[in-house]
Amino acid sequence: MLKIENLHVEVDGKEILKGLTLEVNPGEIHAVMGPNGAGKSTLGNVLAGRDGFEVTAGSIRFLGEDLLTLSPDERAIAGLFLAFQYPVAIPGVNNAYFLRTALNAQRTARGEPELDAMGFLKLAREQAGILDMDDKLLQRAVNDGFSGGEKKRNEILQMAILEPKLAVLDETDSGLDIDALRIVSQGVNRLRDPQRSMIVITHYQRLLDHIVPDVVHVLADGQIVASGDKSLAMKLEKEGYAWLKATKTASEALTLAS
Amino acid sequence: MSNAQIEQIIESRYKHGFVTDIDSDTVPPGLDENVIRFISAKKEEPEWLTEWRLEAYRHWLNMTPPDWAKLQVPGIDFQSISYYSAPKKESDKPQSLDEVDPKLLETYDKLGVPLHERARLAGVAVDAVFDSVSVATTFKDKLRDVGVIFCSFSEAAKTHPELVKKYLGTVVPTSDNFFAALNCAVFTDGSFVYIPKGVRCPMELSTYFRINAINTGQFERTLIIADKGSYVSYLEGCTAPMRDENQLHAAVVELIALEDAEIRYSTVQNWYPGDENGKGGIYNFVTKRGDCQGDRARISWTQVETGSAITWKYPSCILRGDDSSGEFYSVALTHNYQQADTGTKMIHLGKNTKSRIISKGISAGHGQNSYRGLVKVGKNADHARNFTQCDSLLIGKQCGAHTFPYIESKNPSAKVEHEATTSSIGEDQLFYCQSRGLDEETAVAMIVNGFCKEVFQKLPMEFAVEARALLEVSLEGAVG
Repeated sequence: MLKIENLHVEVDGKEILKGLTLEVNPGEIHAVMGPNGAGKSTLGNVLAGRDGFEVTAGSIRFLGEDLLTLSPDERAIAGLFLAFQYPVAIPGVNNAYFLRTALNAQRTARGEPELDAMGFLKLAREQAGILDMDDKLLQRAVNDGFSGGEKKRNEILQMAILEPKLAVLDETDSGLDIDALRIVSQGVNRLRDPQRSMIVITHYQRLLDHIVPDVVHVLADGQIVASGDKSLAMKLEKEGYAWLKATKTASEALTLAS
Repeated sequence: MSNAQIEQIIESRYKHGFVTDIDSDTVPPGLDENVIRFISAKKEEPEWLTEWRLEAYRHWLNMTPPDWAKLQVPGIDFQSISYYSAPKKESDKPQSLDEVDPKLLETYDKLGVPLHERARLAGVAVDAVFDSVSVATTFKDKLRDVGVIFCSFSEAAKTHPELVKKYLGTVVPTSDNFFAALNCAVFTDGSFVYIPKGVRCPMELSTYFRINAINTGQFERTLIIADKGSYVSYLEGCTAPMRDENQLHAAVVELIALEDAEIRYSTVQNWYPGDENGKGGIYNFVTKRGDCQGDRARISWTQVETGSAITWKYPSCILRGDDSSGEFYSVALTHNYQQADTGTKMIHLGKNTKSRIISKGISAGHGQNSYRGLVKVGKNADHARNFTQCDSLLIGKQCGAHTFPYIESKNPSAKVEHEATTSSIGEDQLFYCQSRGLDEETAVAMIVNGFCKEVFQKLPMEFAVEARALLEVSLEGAVG
């Protein structure tokens, strides 16, 4: 599905990712954890193709294609989705209209028929219901005046409707209370599929109680310094990230984690 | 405009059949009292109207073009313009759409202009056009039934001289400003509307339905009178680019709303803006003003300005009647090397008068966009209220947005609010849209349309749909 090799990324001339390697197979959920400033959000942004994140070395292959040659919209059409940590408001643009336009742009590009307004609204209402999201949010401007929780639900709604092959969830848990966290996680879990992979970027282990990952990675100082199963996340929760810093190399950390 | 350019325009006009004989339908370039008498005679106008034109001309001679706007206006040689030229002969026009510039047709296609309208807009000879004469006739019958007068200005001067004489120049006097004075002196035609007492005009009035709307020329004159308790919605312009060979346009629009009357005036202006290097394009110097003469009268201006190389335009309201209200909703877009200095004036004279200004400026390319607005509260305008919101959106780094709000209040009970924002089209908004699969152009169009929503909502439904499409076409190539 996704193969990242020795990825180096600079932002404003400063190296943030320093040789990151990560492979995700179809159907897998990978959690990426790590302290602030480790490069977690950079990973999400560089996958989605944001300007200003310059790849200086390494490669990313997505479904066998060179992802780095694609523009952000081409990546979306290829099946990549980024759930934003801070979803952006677009005043004056109707939320349902926005999502339908996006869905139909993707469908058209893939040679599939467009979904009409009625068909779309039915689908959107159904999915919004599952996320316990007020129908009225569909008729408001995109994320404009939404609460933190409403924004995050809207991201998952988009994901449910766009049905990506690979979803990157960037700190989807931040700003959610415990009930909202449960509902959003249920929404994500419903989308688990043998053909769909996810990368869940988070600061806290608590999200992983709800979305159980197949693999947990620890990102520190621009590299994956440890990988393991869910127990690695538990250890991080209990002991913090400090013990990782004390270890000198990634291999040592791996040993510690196992 | 350089002299060479003007010469070129003049010369190309000669090609289309200028003749020396003064009895023909054309005058040579230049302006003097004889030219004005000639125009007036051609129009078979009454003596008082000829004198009125001459009075305006004498004012104009002592005036200078305004230089306070934030515009770079090349010197215009008013003596090298021909102030009257006959409508083109049918035989000189393209005989079918096959002879029309394919680029123009492509634009019509993008805007979704119906086929039968394309020929008319492209200036194809009338007898070759599938004209909607029957539609227009039905339309006229309906209006006649309720007593609405809707005709060309020239026709009104002959058939309803008492109304024209009573109201012409009462809102924009002959000495108002340089361009208005010039218009008063040399205007060739335009629209006249009178809505009788208590009549709600049964349909939107649009220049499209006015037969002989074509060739109103570069100095257009519009006069709309809404008698007591009446209502009218008037649509001016067209989203599709019109073929036009005049570089200077100086129109005047006067609106008069009597007691309890309401006038809604919507404009979509899409004249040739010049090419991507700023060459050519129309200069649009317009004076538009409404007078809420009666108590509780209401006037609302809505404009979508995407065309012209230079736009100088301030549709205004004089709130004379008590409890009268004025509104101004505007979207002005400048792309490539276009310049716009536009806004409004709200003059509060009556008690409890209200005004609302929503201005959305969009600049792209090297475009320069200025909002200039005056809110003036007279000493008798107790409890006058104004709300102004003025937002600017920048696309790219070479364009500019400027805001010049003026507030003058002589009444301590007045309440005037002004809000202004300037933002760049967010890189984060753009990325967000793209990450959902929208290409850059669609994303920009969507964000800009959202930005303009408050104004588009004020347009009549069909016009709003066209305005959206127009904005998208006008922004092509604005990013990337």
